[in-house]
Amino acid sequence: MKRRWLVSINSVALLLCLLGVWQAVVSLNHLPAYMVPGPKLVAVAVQQRFPSLMKSLWITAEEAAGGLVASIAVGMAVAMVFAQWRWLRQLVYPYTILLQTVPIVAIAPLIINWVGPGLLAVATVTFIICLAPIIANTTQGLISVDENLIHLFIMHKASSAQILFKLRFPNSLPNLFTGIRISAGISVIGGITGELFAGSTRVGEGGLGYAIIYANNQMETSYMFALVLAATVLGFSFFFVVMFFEWMALHNWHESKRADVAE
Amino acid sequence: MVIVPEIVLNRVSKRYRTGAVALEAISLNLERGEFVTLLGPSGCGKSTLLRLVSGLSGVTEGSVRVNGMTPENARELMSFIFQDPTLMPWRTVEENVGLSLELEHASRPLRTERVARMLEMVGLTHVARSYPRQLSGGMKMRASIARALVSRPRILLLDEPFAALDEMTRDRMNEELLRLYDEQKWTVLFVTHSVAEAVFLSSRIVILSPHPGRVAHNVAVDLSWPRTAEMRDSAEFEQAVTHFSRLLRGAQQA
Repeated sequence: MKRRWLVSINSVALLLCLLGVWQAVVSLNHLPAYMVPGPKLVAVAVQQRFPSLMKSLWITAEEAAGGLVASIAVGMAVAMVFAQWRWLRQLVYPYTILLQTVPIVAIAPLIINWVGPGLLAVATVTFIICLAPIIANTTQGLISVDENLIHLFIMHKASSAQILFKLRFPNSLPNLFTGIRISAGISVIGGITGELFAGSTRVGEGGLGYAIIYANNQMETSYMFALVLAATVLGFSFFFVVMFFEWMALHNWHESKRADVAE
Repeated sequence: MVIVPEIVLNRVSKRYRTGAVALEAISLNLERGEFVTLLGPSGCGKSTLLRLVSGLSGVTEGSVRVNGMTPENARELMSFIFQDPTLMPWRTVEENVGLSLELEHASRPLRTERVARMLEMVGLTHVARSYPRQLSGGMKMRASIARALVSRPRILLLDEPFAALDEMTRDRMNEELLRLYDEQKWTVLFVTHSVAEAVFLSSRIVILSPHPGRVAHNVAVDLSWPRTAEMRDSAEFEQAVTHFSRLLRGAQQA
């Protein structure tokens, strides 16, 4: 317990040091604020524009979370279908890799053409980039079940639905969470990328991506820094929410959640 | 009325898709209540034979009848115990043990009652709510046995269940298994490569010779029942172990 506190204090100290170096570089070289603002100016920007910053943050959070949740639901369903029918998996699985290799920046304008600008378009972009990690990891977990356990279920006349939900699904939970963790990280990037194209249906009001372009055009560099900071914080909080659910689901039984004594 | 033997194997052969012959012309009868051990060097097809009886794998030639039925139709009568405990790590001990009852949609009170009684029988009541990772190897194996017995099988198929345990634990598990056998009188088909274990447990030992697997010897063990821990020190026991070891060596060379 004591050691954990020490680690936290060290992390905070490291952050403060880095902020100090940043401020020193800016002040000593007399860099103009429109090029690189110091942390102090960024803090001032955060304070002055707090309501609009929060609004942008909230819009992006909605879009990213919407896309992420949809990708979890669809990804799990697809993985279950893959686990149930091997021939279908072998036929379709290679094409799910396309989801990862498709240049999202190139098709984002297309998506906006199809679904119209706004929340739905941005959530769709997020959904597309979040889907592949969920499908890949969950499928892996669903099909790598101990053969003897499957035999045990067969010996007791289990239906294929029972094998899927009582055996394959719980077995895949650790993999599912690995997938969600990866997707949670990129969902915020997906949201912001989507906003760069989809922007907003109202002038002067939009998510972080929209606000970043706006601030850039206005040469409000310190506010841009504040927006990037907000995006990072958003990504972090997604990650921690997922970590929390993962802990809830796995801490009782999974080896990765053992007490640190065993490490 | 004709009394049907519990398990009948009639000239059973098993060839793999690669063409390799695992078992050839195996004929074997198990009467109700017998404890028969399949003994043989690794690779002689002991486990394959067990899989054929359980219906998890099909025969290439010949026939298997369990209580007069095909293995698939006789599954309700049988329970399988694997070499590894194969517990589901996300379920507590009692949830693992209750699996078969849950799969056949038994009512919750019945499940709770049968599981509790089973856990008491194998001495795991104090860890009913624990997860498998918290148990020792011997406790996991006992949970696995409890899981197999909770469906009240008439026939028990065991595939080297104690091979991974240390010798002390293995001996104790042997004694516990016999105690349960005494109470419940299943027909048992047990696979091992330990001669001492086979002699201690069985009423009959079938020795298989390898490449391809064939029945080399089919011999009754004439040690008295009940078998106790002290019996391991007796001269007859030593003699029987020596005798079967010699048969096993002979089968290996043939």
